[in-house]
Amino acid sequence: MGGGPYPGLTSKFVSGVCQLFVTCLVDGFSPGVGVATVRLLERVGYDVAFPFDQTCCGQPAFNAGYLDQAIAMAEHTVEVLDATYGPIVVPSGSCGDMLIHHTPKILTGQPSEEAAKRVAARTVELTRFLTDNGVTVSSMRSEHTVAFHRSCHGLRGLGLAGVGEGLLDSAGVSRCELEGADECCGFGGLFSIEMPEISSAMLDTKLKAIEASGAEVVVGGDVSCLMHIEGGLHRRGSTIRTKHIAEVLAGEEA
Amino acid sequence: MTFRERASVALGSPKTLATDDGARRLAGKRDVAVAEYPAMDAMRDRAREIRMHTLARLDEYLGPLADRVEERGGTVFFAADADEANDYIRRLAADRGVETIVKSKSMVTEEIEMNYSLEVDGLRVVETDLGEFIIQLAHDKPSHIIAPVLHKTRFEIGELFANEIDATYTDDPFELNAIARRYLREIFLSADMGISGVNFAAADTGTMVTVTNEGNARLCTTAPRIHVAVMGMERVVPTLDDMQVMLEVLARSATGQRLSVYTNFVTGARRSGDADGPEEFHLVILDNGRSRVLGSGSAEILGCIRCGACLNICPVYRHAGGHAYGGVYSGPIGAVLAPVLQEDDGFSDLPYASSLCGACRDVCPIRLDIPSMLLGLRQEFTRAGETEYGWLGPGLSAYARVATTPFLWRAFLAAGGVFGRTVGRDGYITKLPFHAGNWTTTRDLPAPAARSFHSWWKEHRGT
Repeated sequence: MGGGPYPGLTSKFVSGVCQLFVTCLVDGFSPGVGVATVRLLERVGYDVAFPFDQTCCGQPAFNAGYLDQAIAMAEHTVEVLDATYGPIVVPSGSCGDMLIHHTPKILTGQPSEEAAKRVAARTVELTRFLTDNGVTVSSMRSEHTVAFHRSCHGLRGLGLAGVGEGLLDSAGVSRCELEGADECCGFGGLFSIEMPEISSAMLDTKLKAIEASGAEVVVGGDVSCLMHIEGGLHRRGSTIRTKHIAEVLAGEEA
Repeated sequence: MTFRERASVALGSPKTLATDDGARRLAGKRDVAVAEYPAMDAMRDRAREIRMHTLARLDEYLGPLADRVEERGGTVFFAADADEANDYIRRLAADRGVETIVKSKSMVTEEIEMNYSLEVDGLRVVETDLGEFIIQLAHDKPSHIIAPVLHKTRFEIGELFANEIDATYTDDPFELNAIARRYLREIFLSADMGISGVNFAAADTGTMVTVTNEGNARLCTTAPRIHVAVMGMERVVPTLDDMQVMLEVLARSATGQRLSVYTNFVTGARRSGDADGPEEFHLVILDNGRSRVLGSGSAEILGCIRCGACLNICPVYRHAGGHAYGGVYSGPIGAVLAPVLQEDDGFSDLPYASSLCGACRDVCPIRLDIPSMLLGLRQEFTRAGETEYGWLGPGLSAYARVATTPFLWRAFLAAGGVFGRTVGRDGYITKLPFHAGNWTTTRDLPAPAARSFHSWWKEHRGT
């Protein structure tokens, strides 16, 4: 284990360039998550680059069945990312799953097919990236009890079961178990407005589990689900807050 | 009515809560049975191989299956659709002077509404699976592929038995079971015809395999003088040896059992020297849209073995209940199967009844990629203009235009920031117009940030 430049952070690899694909929701709604991701990666020793022409991976259109629109956005994303080098780090299991698994599929037979495969091979979700590189965040002061929400696409698409929890636990964050942690919160992208009643009922079940868990903060790896949960909590007047795992690991008050 | 409308009515109702409770129990049992069995993953791989191999060569296996059945003196009828299947059985019943028919549980006979067609002719048709018996008494529809009365409580069933078959009220499940058993026993002994479904048929021996936990299929297929088995044409597997794999993954996935209590192997009618069994055996092999599905992008769905595991794990199913799907097949599998099997019956909104969480794919014993199939159908219906969600089109096209033009994207983010500051209160938007209002009926929306990440990067890292 090589020592990192910052106390409390260690990593086997502390050099190299990585590209940040920040995702559209972080870009527009939660830029703080992007900032935390940059600081976290820089502290570990990476030179973080941000391909400035990046936008949205196209998943909203893909999930809604609008393939032409999804292909257009996927092509743009692949073009921007393929012009860079090094690992592409994504602070989202869902957009990571899109870039790794679905983008190459929908671009099959398109001019960007090979580029999509190259991009997919370089793309890695943030918590997986940290864990694979042996990054541990230790001796973190934990003021609040957190529950970890396992987002579906990271959990099932990328096999991230236990990865986020492992990072939080090794950082010494006080964490409580969440009943039904593997159950969808009902966000599902445009599903939340296509089927609002069912989506809301699923959210209600999730919020009840969160309230019963005793957590003060819900931590997750996807801003999308966290926005859904946050919106539900706020409507109820709950004092429970949401945080992206990058913010917690970057040492922001949890 | 759409799925959305039916589901909205069902939300939080007693029958949906009962469904949720039952589905969770079944899912829990499945998890235990899978965890205790280290070979399960390998068995699932093998089960998938068998199913996919067979689907790709269905004609090569259906021909021999029919030959084997006929060699044993059985009669095989290939039915192109529901009407042909029902007509065949009606004519058979009329010709043989049948008055009473006992049935064991069969989703395919639900699919073709066989009971209705036979009852129109004045035949007495009695369901003998406990769940289906309850459904029939209540003039209800199954809400689950393997547990048709998952939506009913034992209290309702007690009242139903008291009202419909003059039983003394009880809500004790064992007593209720005993009441049904006594009631049905007489009918079994007087029935002229037994109709069963088929879980799997072995092409090499012509053997029909049916699993139950109540033994009623065994009575249906042996006590009456005529046995009619009805199977979807995809139910064939190459050999009897394949049953080991198929039965094991089916039982563990469906109910968490190592094996179902009764596994019934039927190879034709009574032979000379047999102590009992029917005098005649008929096998109806039903197409009813399956050939068309086989040639479509959704062919893989025919690999389904109707275990119900995807229903039990699905949060949409658990919250909406089976009846919200509007047809015979519910849950994730129904959301694919109903629209492709019954193209003209208004199921085109079912592929949207999923958050694409992928839990169904994780538990499917055949490893069917149901989310991908749902996406495929969404694409197909969008292209054909047959979607409820056509209103998304203009918005997504505009969004795609913006997202493929970097300077427009950054302007869009800036505009979002202004919108957030103007409309948001304390960082939240509580009311949105038009379809976006579907979000804010029950949830607040965190307002777009005043400054995007792009803007932060430009200032602090200077690109």
